[in-house]
Amino acid sequence: MFESLTERLDRIFKKLRGYGKLTEQNIQDGLREVRLALLEADVNYKVVKDFVNTVHERAVGQEVLDSLTPGQQLIKIVHEELTALMGGQKQDINFSGKWPVSIMLVGLQGSGKTTTAGKLALHLRGKGRRPYLVPADIYRPAAIEQLQKLANDLDMPAYPSVPDMKPLDICQRAMILAREKAYDTVIIDTAGRLHIDTVLMDELKGIEAAIDPSEIILVADAMTGQDAVNIAEKFNQTLGLTGIILTKMDGDARGGAALSIKAVTQKPIKFVGVGEKLDALEPFYPDRMASRILGMGDVLTLIEKAQATFDAKKAVELEKKIRKESFTLEDFRDQLQQIKKMGTLEQIIGMIPGLNKIKSLQGLRPDESELVRIEAIINSMTRVERRNYTIINGSRRRRIAQGSGTSVQDVNKLLKNFVHMQKMMKRLKKGGLRNIQNLFSG
Amino acid sequence: MFKWFLKKKEEPQEKAEEESGLFQRLKDQIARTRESFVKQVDRLFLGKKEIDADLLDSLEEILITADLGVSTATELIERIREKVKRKELSDAFALKNYLREEILTLLRSPQKEGEEITASPFVILVIGVNGTGKTTTIGKLAHRFKGLGQNVMLVAADTFRAAAIEQLEIWSKRAGADLIKQKSGSDPSAVVYDALEAAQSRKTDVMIIDTAGRLHTKVNLMEELKKVQRVIQKKMPGAPHEILLVLDATTGQNAISQAKLFNSAVGITGMVLTKLDGTAKGGVVVGISNELKIPIRFIGIGEKMEDLREFDPDAFVSALFD
Repeated sequence: MFESLTERLDRIFKKLRGYGKLTEQNIQDGLREVRLALLEADVNYKVVKDFVNTVHERAVGQEVLDSLTPGQQLIKIVHEELTALMGGQKQDINFSGKWPVSIMLVGLQGSGKTTTAGKLALHLRGKGRRPYLVPADIYRPAAIEQLQKLANDLDMPAYPSVPDMKPLDICQRAMILAREKAYDTVIIDTAGRLHIDTVLMDELKGIEAAIDPSEIILVADAMTGQDAVNIAEKFNQTLGLTGIILTKMDGDARGGAALSIKAVTQKPIKFVGVGEKLDALEPFYPDRMASRILGMGDVLTLIEKAQATFDAKKAVELEKKIRKESFTLEDFRDQLQQIKKMGTLEQIIGMIPGLNKIKSLQGLRPDESELVRIEAIINSMTRVERRNYTIINGSRRRRIAQGSGTSVQDVNKLLKNFVHMQKMMKRLKKGGLRNIQNLFSG
Repeated sequence: MFKWFLKKKEEPQEKAEEESGLFQRLKDQIARTRESFVKQVDRLFLGKKEIDADLLDSLEEILITADLGVSTATELIERIREKVKRKELSDAFALKNYLREEILTLLRSPQKEGEEITASPFVILVIGVNGTGKTTTIGKLAHRFKGLGQNVMLVAADTFRAAAIEQLEIWSKRAGADLIKQKSGSDPSAVVYDALEAAQSRKTDVMIIDTAGRLHTKVNLMEELKKVQRVIQKKMPGAPHEILLVLDATTGQNAISQAKLFNSAVGITGMVLTKLDGTAKGGVVVGISNELKIPIRFIGIGEKMEDLREFDPDAFVSALFD
């Protein structure tokens, strides 16, 4: 997500580490780079200015100058300020207020409101709510169908809006229906609109006044530029936002909009969208995001994901096997399947601290189809072969290649990688991450 | 036949009329951009005759706030600094004119004259990240081509997003264009292949392909796009004749990354900048023009079928500065 900014700050602070002690001049250099990096990341100009000033104020004090490792101290300050700017603790949807609880999604065209409505509904159902999806975008062609299809895919109820109804009527009738059918959470997908379109902004105000929603969430594209400030400010002034959802965070946008929007609205970023699938919605953790920006990796998210997807029993077994050094191709396949559940390889690599710093991994775009191929190759082996790869000779390799629709070279490559991986695991057992780094650089 | 991707020189009368309409519209639409940008510049120059460091710093702020990006802004400022050093620029007013000319040059350079294309069907592939306005732009393009008396076919190759096909279908009806579609979830390459076959037998003049929005960093989805391109090339050598990248003007510096990666995957021939009717934007165009030398063909300035305009650097910068 924020890799580019991370790399940038990494480089700056590497430079800073070179000095024994920080002088006023060093801080200036460092802060100038921070400023440029933030601007390149599309953080709003004024927000950057405030941010750099705050860091500067704190940094020129004794805190930095007296510290034994000045570079680290400065990183800490930048990190803390970034966290503070992106705002406090993580926040979920607010369920207090008039029953049934209603959530309005608002934003510009193409920011991802409809997809987010589907994702939010799935997330809330997972929390035991009974969501009701309400398509209130009568303007964009097929917008209503889009939400209804998503609802259908999720096996969830949606209000049967039609384009010649008024959005306000849709919302009011949907609220009545929700009450009757005991749906406790109404998610309203409004039409995308420009913040300067007074007619359509008034329409939103009308809906807000009529249904008194518990949440009015601005859905914003993480790729938004300097204008993010104006957009967020106007929506906030008109409607009184309660939160933000940042979408398309799975691209390479540096996501400066996150900082900008938070700074001008002072409203929490509640979730981030990280993919096109309906489960690709994650809570926003300001502290973790700040860590990410500073190249400290997003360990907690990874751990949490691993906990949610990894089968605890299998993990224990695996650990035993690694200890006994009896890690087989069968286990390897299990691992692949578990990893696939955790997300894309790019996401996973991005979350492991240190890995994004390893040169040989930079610019690496893991190919997901490679995983499919590897699985196919392993599936084409006999059980005996999987448990003892050393018996796989030339003719077995040919058979495996044929069975999996790959080439002998592919099979060779997999076996070579597997041996490499076994070695890596032995090293990992002996001494943690440093050894992995050696393995990659060596 | 397709010269009006560029300027319609053969019809000066109509052009003048359209230009003034466009000019006015553009001015209205980006009035806010102008206000924030030009007023700031004017305020900056007000009461200032000398060019000093403060002035240049404030100028940098204005350029960056307009989404020109750090590198383009720095480049422009550096050039001004050089000129000042060599005493070629001395007063604030001359600086403003110089800046205007420089931005214009950056915008104008990639707007090359295209040769006339006689291919039939003339195949346009429309690509971009999610939510930039591909389908809406296609609807507008179809309307434009129909207005010129062409047979237009729209191809629903976004088989991924829910109701994307229905969305294009509505636009095809509005514009009076043919539509080729298959079931949601089918292979986009197959849809395109069949569509080409149909277009060739129906003697379609213009075929516009709508693809699914995809983030430029998703390897698999970019591969899918390359496959679509390969299938088109195989079925009709020389096609697609135009590969349009649709960019959202609200997007910040990431637009450059989008343009770069889509360009290296399939080779973009032109860009469409959408949602220019909002606030304070357009600056990213300067950065992209400068860095990638790909022409901007059209701009989107509203949700109506008529709200598509040829990109005209002169009108654009004039509306920004005058």
